[in-house]
Amino acid sequence: MASTEVASRRATRTTAPRRRARRPRIPYLLLAPAIAVLGIGLGYPVYWQINNSFREFGLAQQFGQPAPWVWFDNYVRIFTSDALWAVVVRSLVFCMVNALLTVLIGVIFALLMRAVATWARLTLQIAMLLAWAMPMVAAVTVWKWLFDWRTGVVNWLLTRIGLVEFHEHHWLAEPLSFFAVATLVIVWMSVPFVALSVYAGLTQVPDEVREAARIDGANSWQQFWSITVPLIRPVLAIVLLLQIIWDLRVFAQIRLLQDGGAPVGDTNLLGNFIFELGVGRQDFAGAAAVSIFVLALTVLVSWPYVRALIKELDK
Amino acid sequence: MSPERLRRTALRWVLTAVAVAVAAVWAFPVYWMVNSSLMSNARLRSGTPSFWPVNPTLSNYSAVIGGSSFTSALKMSLAITSVTVVAVLAFAFLAALAISRFRFRGRVSFVVTVLLVQMLPAEGLFIAQYKMLSEAQLLNSVIGISVLYAAAIVPFTIWMLRGFVAGVPLELEEAAMVDGLSRTQAFLRITFPLLAPGLVASGVYAFLQAWNEFTVALVVLPAESAKTLPLWLRTFLSASANRGVDWGEVMAASALIAVPVIIFFLFVQGRMTSGLVSGAVKG
Repeated sequence: MASTEVASRRATRTTAPRRRARRPRIPYLLLAPAIAVLGIGLGYPVYWQINNSFREFGLAQQFGQPAPWVWFDNYVRIFTSDALWAVVVRSLVFCMVNALLTVLIGVIFALLMRAVATWARLTLQIAMLLAWAMPMVAAVTVWKWLFDWRTGVVNWLLTRIGLVEFHEHHWLAEPLSFFAVATLVIVWMSVPFVALSVYAGLTQVPDEVREAARIDGANSWQQFWSITVPLIRPVLAIVLLLQIIWDLRVFAQIRLLQDGGAPVGDTNLLGNFIFELGVGRQDFAGAAAVSIFVLALTVLVSWPYVRALIKELDK
Repeated sequence: MSPERLRRTALRWVLTAVAVAVAAVWAFPVYWMVNSSLMSNARLRSGTPSFWPVNPTLSNYSAVIGGSSFTSALKMSLAITSVTVVAVLAFAFLAALAISRFRFRGRVSFVVTVLLVQMLPAEGLFIAQYKMLSEAQLLNSVIGISVLYAAAIVPFTIWMLRGFVAGVPLELEEAAMVDGLSRTQAFLRITFPLLAPGLVASGVYAFLQAWNEFTVALVVLPAESAKTLPLWLRTFLSASANRGVDWGEVMAASALIAVPVIIFFLFVQGRMTSGLVSGAVKG
C-alpha cells in the first residue's frame, strides 16, 4: 500500500506542479500508513485498556462471559492494596536512584574524557560503546555470570581481598543486594549514552570562554560551576529526563535477574507487577488499571521533553 | 618547568590513568563473556578464574549452534526483524516527508502525538496487546508481533528522518528543476541520494530495536517454537541451570547474540554522527 501512495504522490507532482498549499490531500495520504500502524499497535491497546479498566475482566471473561461495567471498582481494589503501593514506592525509589547515579557518573566520565589525552579518551569511548551496544538480554546474562554464587568472578575477587563472607554469597537471594546488582547492570548499560551526550555538549563550550574566566581569576571549580554547567544545562536536563523515563520501565532486567530464584514478591517493580497480575493471575481488569496509572505517569514525566522537542520542529 | 605546570602535568597523568582504569572496568563484562565462552566448563568450575583463555576451544559454540532450538530462534528473529525494518522505513519515510515538506492542518498535533506515544512503555501496554493478538489468533505469529514492533519504532524513526529530510534544502531540488529536471526526477536524483544515510541510520536503529526486544516478545510469543533469540537465550540459561549451569555454553550463546550486534553498532556509530549534507549547497 505504501508503494501505490508514492506513485500517486509522484503522479500528482509531475502533472500538477502547483503550490504545495493547494494540494492538502497529499500529506494525509503520506501519513496514512504510519497512522494505521500506530492505531493498531498502540491506539487500540490503549483504548482496550481504558475500556476494560472500568469493567470486570477476569477468568470468566476469558471464557466468553460478557464483561460488566463496574466504574472505578478495579481502581479502588488495586489502589487500596498495600501490595501495589509497596511496588510503586519501590519503583520510584529505584528509578530515581538509578537515574541520578547514571547522570552523575556519566557527567564525571564526560569531564574525564575532556581532561585526558586523545588516545585515553578514545579507549574510554570504545569501552563505553561496547557496553552500550550489548543487547540487554546478553548483558544481564553476563552480569549473572559475574555474580554467580559459586564460580562468579566477583565473589572470587572479594574473597581474595579478604572479605571471606562473600565466599559462595547469593547476591540475588536478598532484595537489597538484588537491587544493588540490578542497579549495577542498569547503570553500566546507561552511562555510555549520558557520558557521550554530555561529552558532545562539553565540546561545544569554547576554550576561549574558559580561558577568559581563568585570566579573570576563576579557579577550576568556579569555572566548572559558572561556565560549564550553565552551558551544558540543556543537555543535562534532557538526559536526566530520558533516564528517569527509561528507568521507570525496567521490567525485563528485573524479570531476567529473578530467574535465578530471587524473592519475586519483594523484587517486583511496576512492570513486573502488571505482568504477574495480567499474564500470571489472569486479572486483566486490574492489570489494565495499573497500566493506565503507568501510562499516565509516563506522559506526565515526558511532557517537558516533548515540549522541548516541539520547539525544534520548525527550526 | 614551573611548579604550576608540573602540577598540571602530573594531574593529567593521574586522570589518564583513571580513564584507562575506568575503560578496563567498563569493557570487562564484554571481555569476560568472550573469554569464558572459549573455555571448557571444567576449567570455569575449577575455582580460580583465568583472566585469559587457557586452551581456548570453540566447542561451546558448536554445542550451542548444534542445539535444536538455536536455528529456529534465529529464523524467527530474522523474519520478525526484516518485516519490521521494511515496514518502519517505508511508513516513517512517508510520514517524515509529510511533516517536513508540507504545511497542513493537524501537523503539529500529529507530531505531538507521535512524540508522546514513543514514550509509552511496553510494560503499560503489553496486557492489552496480548489480548488483542490472542483475539485475532495472532499470538506466536511473525506478523502479529511485527505490527507491535513497527508501532513502537515508527514514532522515533519519523522524528529522526524528519531531521534528515529537513536537512536537504529545497533549493537543491529547485535548482535541479531550473536545470530542466521534473519534480520527480529532481526528487529521485538529488534529494533521495542525500537521504540515503538517514535511511541507513534509521534502518539500523529499527533493526537493533527489533532484534534485541525482549519484553513484548515474552508476552506475545509464548510458544516454544516461536521464540526469538533473546527469549531463546533466557530459556537456554534456565535449561542449563537445571544441570548446574554450563557457563561456557551460556556465554557462547550470549556472544552469538551480542557480537554481531556490537560490530554492527560500532560500524554505524561513526556514520550516524557524521555531518550529513553540510556544504552540499555551497559551490
